[in-house]
Amino acid sequence: MSKRIDVKDLNVYYGDFRAVEGVNISVAPRSVTAFIGPSGCGKSTFLRTLNRMHEVLPGARVEGQVLLDGDDLYGPGVDPVAVRSHVGMVFQRPNPFPTMSIRDNVLAGVKLNSKRLSKSDADELLESSLRGANLWNEVKDRLDKPGSGLSGGQQQRLCIARAIAVKPDVILMDEPCSALDPISTLAVEDLINELKENYTVVIVTHNMQQAARVSDKTAFFNIAGTGKPGKLIEYADTSVIFNNPSEKATEDYVSGRFG
Amino acid sequence: MTTTDVAPGRSKLTRGRLPGFAPWVSLAVALVLGAAAVAVPGFTPFGWGIASAIIFAIVYVAWSRAVEGGRKAADKLATCLVVGAFLVALLPLVSVIWTVLVAGIPGLLTPGFFTTSMNGVTGVFDNRAVEEGGPVIGGIYHALLGTLMITLLATLISVPVGLLTSIYLVEYGQDKPLARAITFFVDVMTGIPSIVAGLFAAAFFFLVVGPGTKTGFVAAVALSVLMIPVVVRSSEEMLKIVPNELREASYALGVRKWRTILKVVIPTAISGIASGVTLAIARVIGETAPILVTAGFATTINNSPFAGWMASLPTFIYTQILNPTSPSNPAPSDQRAWGAALVLIILVMLLNLVARIVAKAFAPKTGR
Repeated sequence: MSKRIDVKDLNVYYGDFRAVEGVNISVAPRSVTAFIGPSGCGKSTFLRTLNRMHEVLPGARVEGQVLLDGDDLYGPGVDPVAVRSHVGMVFQRPNPFPTMSIRDNVLAGVKLNSKRLSKSDADELLESSLRGANLWNEVKDRLDKPGSGLSGGQQQRLCIARAIAVKPDVILMDEPCSALDPISTLAVEDLINELKENYTVVIVTHNMQQAARVSDKTAFFNIAGTGKPGKLIEYADTSVIFNNPSEKATEDYVSGRFG
Repeated sequence: MTTTDVAPGRSKLTRGRLPGFAPWVSLAVALVLGAAAVAVPGFTPFGWGIASAIIFAIVYVAWSRAVEGGRKAADKLATCLVVGAFLVALLPLVSVIWTVLVAGIPGLLTPGFFTTSMNGVTGVFDNRAVEEGGPVIGGIYHALLGTLMITLLATLISVPVGLLTSIYLVEYGQDKPLARAITFFVDVMTGIPSIVAGLFAAAFFFLVVGPGTKTGFVAAVALSVLMIPVVVRSSEEMLKIVPNELREASYALGVRKWRTILKVVIPTAISGIASGVTLAIARVIGETAPILVTAGFATTINNSPFAGWMASLPTFIYTQILNPTSPSNPAPSDQRAWGAALVLIILVMLLNLVARIVAKAFAPKTGR
C-alpha cells in the first residue's frame, strides 16, 4: 500500500514563470511529512506536482523526476489519471459532490470510473472507508442524505474517506484544516496519525503547531522575493526543524520573526 | 435647551417624519387634481392615470421635503420613479393577457376546439354560424399538433448541439482561437432575424432535397438555428459557475476528464441547463415567419413532420386573421385565432412553470 517518494531536481513552471526551483526530497513510506513556509512560496504547487494535479492549470509543466517506489511519474507514456489513483488528494476547502449522497460521495472514485461493484462489496468499502476517516459512527444512519448537509469538519473527513476509498498509496493534503474550527481540526489531526499506519501522508500547513503535532519530518520552503521561484530551504526531522534548525531562515520562520 | 422642550416620544435624535397615511392622502389629492387637470382637454382614463401619477410624485415629494428634509425627499422621488417604471413595464403585459383572455375564452370553450382541425371547414359554415347563431365549428388540433412536433424536433436538434458546444467552450476551449471564434459566431447567431433563419432552412433543403420542400422538419431546422445560440449561452453560463474545486476533487480521485464532465459537472449544473433549455423553447414556440416559409400552412391534420405542409399555432393565427375562412363574416375566424393565441400564451406560461419546477427538482440537495 504505502510507497516512498523520491524527488530529484524538480523545477515547476507556469508558462515561462519558474514557480519552484531545484527540489530534492525523499519521503519515507508510512510517515507524515509537513510542508511549511510563507504564502506563495510554492509548497502547494510542489504538492500538486506529486500527483500531477498542477497540470489541470493551463501552461503548467515540470522538469525533473518524481519517483514513486522508483517509478517516474513524469516518464514518457505515464497516464496522469493512473497517477492520481495511486496518489490521492484532500483539498483546503471541503468539496463533497453536491449532487451525491454521503454513500455516493465515498464511492465516487470507484463508481465514476464505472468499475462494477457488487452491493456487498460496495457496502464493505463504504464502511471501511468511513471508519478509516473516523466518520462512520456519525453518518451511518444517514448514508443516503446529501454530503453537503454535514458540518465543515465532517465534510472534510468525508473527503478523506472519499480519497482512501480508491486505495491510494499516498495521500496529499493541501491545508486540510484551514477552513475548520479547532475541534474539527483535532479530529482531522487524530485521523492523520491513524492514516500513517497505512499510507504515506504529505501535508501542507500554515499552522506550525499543527506541523509539530502531526508530522515526523518537516520541509521548510521559502521564496527570495516576489517573482522569484520558491525553494526547499531545509528538510529534517520535525523536532530538528523546530528546535535546532541549521538554516537561519528556518529558525526565523519557526520562531515567528518573519513571514 | 431643556428636555421639557421636546415633545413626548421625540428626542434630539429624532427628525420629522411623514405620517403613515401620507401616501394615501397624496394619492387622493393626486386623483382629484388629475381628474380636474384632464377634464379641460377632455377626460380619458389614460390621461387621468398619467396626470395623477405626476401630481402624486410632486405632492408626495414636496410634502416629504417640507417635513423630512432633502435626503428623505430624494429617497421618496427615487421610489416614485422605480415604482412608476415598474408599472409602465407591467402595463403592456397585463393588457395583453387581459385582451387575449377576453377574446380567446369563447374560442377555447367551443366544443371540438382542441379535437378537430380546419379540414372541410369552409366559409359556408362560418356564414351559417353568424347568420343562424349556430356553434362555430373547426378547431386547432392540427395546429397544436404541428407546433408541438416542430418544437419537439427543434429541441431534439438544438439541445445536443448547444450543450456539446458549451461543454467545448467551458471545459476544453480555454480561450483558444477556435473557442473565441465560436463565441463570436454564437453571439452573431443570437441576433439573426427569425425570417433569415427560416429562409436559410428553406434554401438549404431546396438545395439538398429539392425545390419546394416544405415540411415540419424544415421548420424544426429553422427554429433550431434560433434556439442553438440561446441554449449555448445559457448552458455555458451554468457550466461556468460549477466550482472548479469539484472538477479537481474528481480528477484527484483518478477520474477521467470526460467522466468528470458527465458525472460531476453536468449533474451539478443540470437544473440551470434544463431551465435554460425550457426558456429557449418558450422563445421559439411563438415564431411565425420562419415556419411560414418552411412548413407552409395546412388546414388538415398532418402526423408526419417529414412529409407535407404542416400547420402550427402562430401560422394558424396569422392565416385566420389575414385570410378569414369566410371573407364576408370574419368573426368566427377571429374567434378561432384569439383562442389559438390564448393556447399559445398558456403553453409559454406552462413552459416557464416547468422550467421552475425542473430547476427545483434537479437542484443539488442541501438537507441534513
